[in-house]
Amino acid sequence: MKVLVAVKRVIDYNVKIRVKADHSDVDLTNVKMAMNPFCEIAVEEAVRLKEKGVASEIVAVTVGPKAAQEQLRTALALGADRAVHVTTDERVESLAVAKLLKGVVEAEQPDLVILGKQAIDTDNNQTGQMLAALTGMGQGTFASRVDVKEGTVDVTREIDGGLQTVTLTLPAVVTTDLRLNEPRYAKLPDIMKAKKKPLETRTPEELGVDIAARVTQLKVETPAERKGGIKVGSVDELVDKLKNEAKVIS
Amino acid sequence: MSILVLAEHHDGQLAGATAHVVAAARQIGGDIDVLVAGDDVAGVAEAAARLDGVSRVRLAEGAVYAHQLAEPLADLLVALADDYSHVLAAASTTGKNVLPRLAALKDVAAISDILAVESADTFKRPIYAGNAIATVQSADPLKVITVRTTGFDAVGEGDAAPVEAVDTEIVNTLSRFVDEQLEQSERPELGAARVVISGGRGMGNGENFKLLEGIADKLGAAIGASRAAVDAGFVPNDMQVGQTGKIVAPELYIAVGISGAIQHLAGMKDSKVIVAINKDDEAPIFQVADYGLVGDLFEVLPALESKL
Repeated sequence: MKVLVAVKRVIDYNVKIRVKADHSDVDLTNVKMAMNPFCEIAVEEAVRLKEKGVASEIVAVTVGPKAAQEQLRTALALGADRAVHVTTDERVESLAVAKLLKGVVEAEQPDLVILGKQAIDTDNNQTGQMLAALTGMGQGTFASRVDVKEGTVDVTREIDGGLQTVTLTLPAVVTTDLRLNEPRYAKLPDIMKAKKKPLETRTPEELGVDIAARVTQLKVETPAERKGGIKVGSVDELVDKLKNEAKVIS
Repeated sequence: MSILVLAEHHDGQLAGATAHVVAAARQIGGDIDVLVAGDDVAGVAEAAARLDGVSRVRLAEGAVYAHQLAEPLADLLVALADDYSHVLAAASTTGKNVLPRLAALKDVAAISDILAVESADTFKRPIYAGNAIATVQSADPLKVITVRTTGFDAVGEGDAAPVEAVDTEIVNTLSRFVDEQLEQSERPELGAARVVISGGRGMGNGENFKLLEGIADKLGAAIGASRAAVDAGFVPNDMQVGQTGKIVAPELYIAVGISGAIQHLAGMKDSKVIVAINKDDEAPIFQVADYGLVGDLFEVLPALESKL
């Protein structure tokens, strides 16, 4: 079976972000960028499916600026066979990304599409669900276990009260939670080999998708800072403060 | 304007989250309907009808809605959505699963995890793990929104609203429920608890989480955990507080053996009072804690329990 994996270029998760002085957005100039951690898990899962003989081909796809090719090369180094880059310099919302991915799904006809459950920049947690809706596929979101059967896939999902397992008819969309797997690191020879793997570029115009924003970002602010607290010297002092100063226990 | 709120429920009980979502709907303004969809959920509908500010409950009962799978629920919402300007749900795993699917089927944007309502089309929401707050305005005719429940005080009870059955036929061929493994707990629900005590990697192992239980019992607290504690296998993942787990904002949050990584702070930094107990006095958690105690948790926890 063919697996399509979508990856996103985001600010590295260790970076402490700064809001621009004019409050228009977060400042991304000269900031370390990386593959979104949930997308790394998606790539790893696809590679494991190939190693188990379940998947025959892995296609990695991204929507983003020219620099996002780095993340596609990373996916290729990790084991994807080829890549599709939908190029745009615009800020692309989840719905537009889902429509662009739908175009790629129609061209590639994958049996399984794997995405991360959310990007750590916009924190939307929408694209996988939207892609499933647009392509008429079932969705296994927040997956901590994926078990491909004949014509179906069993997905164990992390839900608020614990875990839930569903069976989806293939083709289907799966979004990854953190505990699905532990992604591997790309080895140097694989990184070198990845440079020769095919990478095709497409544009939103070729895919016939209007990516105009539906939601306007009016302002971005730094959240209210918590004021620095105090250190107490003993358990007695702590209990006293909580009772008599903060009044949160009685 | 009229607003449809998707009710959250578990085991035939209306979840507390719904009262918070109705509160967000009241700030938007307009008639508020609540949709209760599930199998054998008449009791949930009755409880939803008593929420203050609700004009009508729409009850969709049937086996197809059992376990609130995304595919049939989104189809049901599509069938009802033309009557509404807004569809709201809690930013729970159910709301996050279903609402983006609805939004795409209606060809509108979805707005996730709102913290505040500025006007009927403008909302505040956290981005970058809560390290920035974006004010966003939707141009779409239908606003599809998930609500961060800790951003809105729950509505109380009012006069019972009428309950009307929805007779839309939905067929689901895409997904099928297999089973569920739910964590059983006598303690308050993590998202709704007034006090939360959480353990991190510093707890050392799962057995040591018992040290938190006595304190939790005395304070009526829920027990949470950092991602490090969950990843180390100390406790199940549904106890995780953080960007990728639950977002909590209790009156009192006690972090024990938690360093305070960005991803954890995203889940708890809106708590009213934060207490940190950690043996490393350089731990970042102390920068957000109102009261910090530097010490060995294995000595501090029993002492704290005995003093409460």
